[in-house]
Amino acid sequence: MSTLNPGADRLKAIARSITPPMIGLGLFILLWALVSANTPTIPTPGVTFTSAVELFSDPFYNKGPNDMGIGWNILASLERVAIGFGLAALVGIPLGFIIGRFRFFNDMLAPIISLLRPVSPLAWLPIGLLVLQKAEPAAIWVIFISSIWPMIINTAVGVTRVPQDYMNVARVLNLSEWKIVTRILFPATLPYVMTGVRLSIGVAWLVIVAAEMLTGGIGIGFWIWDEWNNLDVAHIIIAIFVVGIIGLLLEVLLTQLAKRFDYDAR
Amino acid sequence: MNAYIQLDNVGMQFNTKRGPFIALRDVDLHIQKGEFVSIIGHSGCGKSTVLNLVAGLLDATTGTLLCAGREIKGPGPDRAVVFQNHSLLPWLTCTGNVLLAVEQVFGKSESKTQMLDRAHRALELVHLTHANDKFPHEISGGMKQRVGIARALAMEPKALLMDEPFGALDALTRAHLQDELMSICAATQSTVIMVTHDVDEAVLLSDRIVMMTNGPSATVGEILHVDLPRPRERLALADDAAYNHYRHEVLKFLYEKHHKTAA
Repeated sequence: MSTLNPGADRLKAIARSITPPMIGLGLFILLWALVSANTPTIPTPGVTFTSAVELFSDPFYNKGPNDMGIGWNILASLERVAIGFGLAALVGIPLGFIIGRFRFFNDMLAPIISLLRPVSPLAWLPIGLLVLQKAEPAAIWVIFISSIWPMIINTAVGVTRVPQDYMNVARVLNLSEWKIVTRILFPATLPYVMTGVRLSIGVAWLVIVAAEMLTGGIGIGFWIWDEWNNLDVAHIIIAIFVVGIIGLLLEVLLTQLAKRFDYDAR
Repeated sequence: MNAYIQLDNVGMQFNTKRGPFIALRDVDLHIQKGEFVSIIGHSGCGKSTVLNLVAGLLDATTGTLLCAGREIKGPGPDRAVVFQNHSLLPWLTCTGNVLLAVEQVFGKSESKTQMLDRAHRALELVHLTHANDKFPHEISGGMKQRVGIARALAMEPKALLMDEPFGALDALTRAHLQDELMSICAATQSTVIMVTHDVDEAVLLSDRIVMMTNGPSATVGEILHVDLPRPRERLALADDAAYNHYRHEVLKFLYEKHHKTAA
């Protein structure tokens, strides 16, 4: 019967794809409720929800530099990530191209990259504070240094993985180095570059919370620290959700963007 | 003794991890302008190496290679290559792929519209006008190979080098493209070197068939002149005594004189 009714079939398909995540979320909230019932310091899901409604009913108030709405804090963090990540892309992607294209530069820079890449991003903060003298650029510096590696490495790998066929075309046509880069290497490498960008944004968003906790000022990381000092645990839990949801949105956005540039997936 | 493409005493040695590997030795081959020459042999006989040497993708270890009286040093647009796997750039349309080649040859002397016109005419020559603005992933394998041929022809090369151009296609598409290639060559008077392992293809298309001995250190075994009148009709030739004689000669060379046990 239902096969004769495409509308019902579609409803079934939607139900099938939505049910498991809903059960997962339900179990998560149940677990949270159980924990909070046995731990008086952890607010229940209900209390947290009420608090969140209150918080987001006025996200953009401004009562001086130490008391601003959560909206301002989120925007401040996003701005830092954008600047730090943007600078990292400006440096990292061209550097990745050079490393991937020229054996000499690869051999020259590989040891430095291998040495610096595993360093925890926050280890760079003191250097930033020392050199840049201010908290704001130091936080951006931490974002820059932590998000540059995936872009360098993925771009370089992408360049070395350009199919030999395409390079043969370049050789047979006698393309200039400029044309090889713009007409062959860049489009062929773009999917790899986008993977690097996606990973970098993820790292940047991870790091910003920790960096802001240390540098202070305004931003979602500092906001969490501030609420910890106020002992407002519901707000801390809300902030965790906010950070998670924004991270997820960035990921989805960039995955969609990457799909548009991937000539293989079309 | 003024051949258009001239290989004298050419040898090719590759340095592998297990020591030097001599792929070719003493290859002498003189090709006249407008001639269609096939190179045939078992796999691993170095026939693609010969083509890559003429293309300039490889440097010969010994001997001299000339094209139109000039030494071949590296690849150049005067020797256009049609690759077996079409090698179209997937982010460019058919026109874009052909245009990239056209710009390399005519970029300094012609306007953008003139070059676009050249690209369109080349695609028209292979009957692909309807696919001008399609991307390679939107067209069939045979059509891709035709774009590859259009790209090569659009450069107005001195020589067209084809490395098993129809090897990856099904038999019907292959026959169709062979017929098309014959009429294009008749119209453009192209000089062609084609690597193939298909005996019928070699006899049907060629003025001369170069038969290679087995590698390592392969060389030119015999050269067969195919003296069949053009235009050639595959249906009529199927029962033609001369055609079958040539076909037999090639088969005899490949399976009697230089038989290779299956690798």
